[in-house]
Formats: sequence, structure tokens, C-alpha cells
Amino acid sequence: MKLVTAVIKPHKWEDVREALETFGVTGMTVSEVSGYGRQKGHTEVYRGAEYDIALVPKIRIEIVVEDDDAEDVLGIIVKTAQTGRIGDGKVWLSPVESVVRVRTGDRDAAAI
Amino acid sequence: MDGYNAFMLVATLLVLMMTTPALALFYGGMTRSKSVLNMMFMSYVAMAIVGIIWVLWGYSMVFGGEGTFFASPLENFALEGVGYEGYTFMAFQLTFAVITTALISGAIADRVKFSAWVVFVPLWATLVYFPLAHMVFSCTDDSLICGQIGAQDYAGGTAVHINAGVAGLVLALVVGKRLGFGREPMRPHNLTLTMLGAALLWVGWYGFNVGSLIFDDSLDPSTQFLAETGLTFTNTTLATMAAILGWLVVEKLLHGKATTLGAASGIVAGLVAITPAAGAVNVLGACVIGLVSGAVCAWAVGLKFKLGFDDSLDVVGVHLVGGLIGTLMVGLFSRTAPEGSNIAGGAVDGLFYGGGVESLVDQTLGVLVAVAWSGIITLLIALAIKYTMGWRVSEEAEIDGIDFDQHGETAYDLNTSLSSSGKGGLLTGAVPPKSATSPSKSEGASA
Repeated sequence: MKLVTAVIKPHKWEDVREALETFGVTGMTVSEVSGYGRQKGHTEVYRGAEYDIALVPKIRIEIVVEDDDAEDVLGIIVKTAQTGRIGDGKVWLSPVESVVRVRTGDRDAAAI
Repeated sequence: MDGYNAFMLVATLLVLMMTTPALALFYGGMTRSKSVLNMMFMSYVAMAIVGIIWVLWGYSMVFGGEGTFFASPLENFALEGVGYEGYTFMAFQLTFAVITTALISGAIADRVKFSAWVVFVPLWATLVYFPLAHMVFSCTDDSLICGQIGAQDYAGGTAVHINAGVAGLVLALVVGKRLGFGREPMRPHNLTLTMLGAALLWVGWYGFNVGSLIFDDSLDPSTQFLAETGLTFTNTTLATMAAILGWLVVEKLLHGKATTLGAASGIVAGLVAITPAAGAVNVLGACVIGLVSGAVCAWAVGLKFKLGFDDSLDVVGVHLVGGLIGTLMVGLFSRTAPEGSNIAGGAVDGLFYGGGVESLVDQTLGVLVAVAWSGIITLLIALAIKYTMGWRVSEEAEIDGIDFDQHGETAYDLNTSLSSSGKGGLLTGAVPPKSATSPSKSEGASA
């Protein structure tokens, strides 16, 4: 199994969710996060005082999938979240040892 | 006079609204989320303290009789000798004392012990505001600014705004900068509160300016009331509108964008500047005064970074600068009523209306007295507090958030699923020990 973690632009989240559901992903964990990459945030001016706002709001999606689906899911996220402009985000895969469904105790593939 | 009394009761309520909630919202939105409650609270507690001491000895010091600087605090102590028919005027003036004191709090946001503020407020009202209010509003023959110098100040450009602005500057210098001033982002946490507060201040200000009418024995009261309230209401409106535009144009030129905070600030800058001039100028004068104040204040709020003092919410840049502009420009634009309709207008003609420099000189002298009195005595009070109880909360408290440190509260509970559960909650009925609770830390850090 793999954990797919994606950090994307907030306004792209609905498109990504729709595409993943069409593919057959049944659930995910989503959080509002903030961070920065090479674009280094932006500046805001209040009463003439300029502030560097390093942290830009993003959406983080976490999905545990079976190994065979991992590349597809990753590809779907990249395709739907892409605008081509700076700040589109990142997606990465990491190995997962085991998964347990809390309600039933089912393990691994049965728990996804 | 029944109608006049009903009008004054409404005016009093409007000015009461200016401190709570209007000023508290205006300031509260501009602070960081970890200190919004403390900021708003400073206005609320100033209301309670100043209101009580106003009735005890404040009214007497201002309106209790003759005096160059102030009248006897004992003459009308606890309103002894004041008839109930004088209570509406007394209450109207109470609201002025309250808001002038509360205005200062914006200069020292995020870092001052609540106890130090609670000690400062009655001392400052007694030693600085009450005397200046006597010099300006109690126009006895020997009262310094109105009676002796003869400066025109319709509703408090000197006694309220220059006074609060100078006091804010002194406190910002004595108290010192917020930790991280000039390095860390200290952007406003909720500009919707600030927009709301500015608009409420605007509405409340009609009570402030229009309610400041004083009847002239030589005129028919009904005729004077009709003409003068029309003039002051209109001038207050136009100057504020002009100041919004002035502020927006300057910030667009200086920083590239017109901002909502600029519009909210422009409202206050215009209102401040027209306060001393509301009854003395015509609509053209009101527009120019508003425009100049909005434009100059938009530039002046940047000075604190160049000069290195942390007047956190720009009490100096808006109230002192706007108050100076309005009070001095009365000397240029003051205009007596046209021949044949001698019912409303300035006491003398200013420089632009053929009156020479005399009015400008009087206005300047009035300003100097206000600056000197407020500056010197505020400095003495501020230093006395600094070297006895101290002004500042601990560094740790300032970083974690003054709301939690000083009041045991935080303004926003946004992570409800986590922060409302766990031990020490409502059901156990127990107050958790301090070490077991740290709800404000993560919130403060993300501000």
C-alpha cells in the first residue's frame, strides 16, 4: 500500500475530488494547511507597512491506496490540479506498512 | 426646549456608541488575533472608570466655575449643586471624557498590563483631560484656550484629538515597541471588524459634532438650532467623504492599491479634522479640510517606521495629525455668517476670508497649549507607572498572547473538535490549573 499526499491550490480541490471519485477512490483525509515553495509567499500592505506573507493557504489531501493504484491516483491529481502557474503544489508517494479499519478491525486491502 | 433635550439624549447615546462598541471594533480588528480581546477591553474598562470619576469630580473640574486651567473638583463633587435639568449636558460631556481616554489605547496595543491601564486611565482623565476640557469647552473668561486665547474648537480638535494623539505618542515612547516591531508581520487580523467600527464611529460622530452646539443668548434659539445643526451635520458628512478620497489617492500613489483599511482610516481622519471646524467653516472649507487630512494622514502613518516608535494603531498618525490639520485650518477657512443671516458660522473670519492671520495665530496658540499640557503631564504619569508597577507584560506573555495572559481568555475557538474536549471541560466543573491549559499558543503563533 501507498500513502498519496498532495498539497494543491485550494480552488482546485473540488476538481481533484471529482476526478478521484470517478476513478473509484472511496475516501480521503483533507486538511487546510499553509506553506510556501519557490514562490516564497506574497506581500501585503497595511497603512503603508509592507508585510511578507510567507505562508500561502493550500489544501493537503491524504489517501491510502493499493500499490497498483498509486501511480494512477498520483497522475489524476497532477492532471486535475495543474494550472501551469507558480504555486500549483506537490504530490508524493510513501510506503505504508499496514492499515486497520477502526470499526471492524479489518486489515490492509480490506480496510482501504 | 423639550425638543433640544430629546436631541441631546440621542446625541449622548451616539457618542456613547463611539467608544463601545465602535472604537473597540475599529481597534480590535487591527490587532493580531491573540490580543483582540485586550484591545477591545481597554475601551470598555475606560468607559466604566472615566464615567464614574467624571460624575464624582470630573464634571466639577471642567464646568464647576472659573479657572485658567481647571475649576474646583469640590464645587460640584458628585454633582452636588447640579440640577437634574443639567444632567443631559453632563452625560453628553461624560461620553467625551470616556472616548478621549479610550482613544489612547491604540498606541500601546498588545503589550501593556491591564492593571497599568486601569491605573493610568483615572490619573490621565483627572490630570490631563479634565483640565484641557475646561480650557476648551468651559468658555469662562479666564479659561485658557477658549476664554483667554480665543481659539475656536467646535467639538474638541484640541481637547480630544490632539490631546489623545500627544498622549499616545508619549505612551508609545515610554512603553516601548512590541517585540518584533518592524521585523515580524503585525497585520490586522480582521478588517471586517475595523470597517464596521469605522462606520459606527462615523454615525456616532454626528452626536459628537452636531450635539456640541452652544446657544448664543443674542440669537433666537429655534433659528440658531435649525441653521447650526444643518451646517455642522453637513460639514461632518462632507469632510469625511473627502478624507476617504484623499487617503485612497495617496495610498494608491504611494503603495499601488486602494485598500479597505485606507477607507476606514480615511473616515476617521476626516472626522477628526472636521471636529474643531464643524461650526466655523462652509462646505467648501469642510471638503478641503477633509481632503487634506485624509491625504496627509495616509502619509503620516508611515512615519512611525522611519522614526522608530511603535504607535501600534496610529493614534498619532490619525488623531494628532488630523487634529492639528483641522484645528489649524480653522484659521484659514473660518467664515462668519453672511450679512443678514447671522445665525451660524465661525466667530471670526480666517485668512482666506479677509480676516488676516489673527485667527491662525489664535489657533496655533491653542494647539501649543494642548500639546504642552498633554505632553508634559502624560509623560509624568507614564514615567511614574513605569518606575513603580511597570507597563509591560512579560516577554513570554506578549509572544503567547496578551488575551490569555491578562484575561485567561482567547477570542476565537476555531478548532472546536479539539479544543472543547478533554479534561477540565465544562462537565467536570473544575477550573484547570494553568500549566494544564495552553489553548492560546498555537492560535497566537498562526496569527
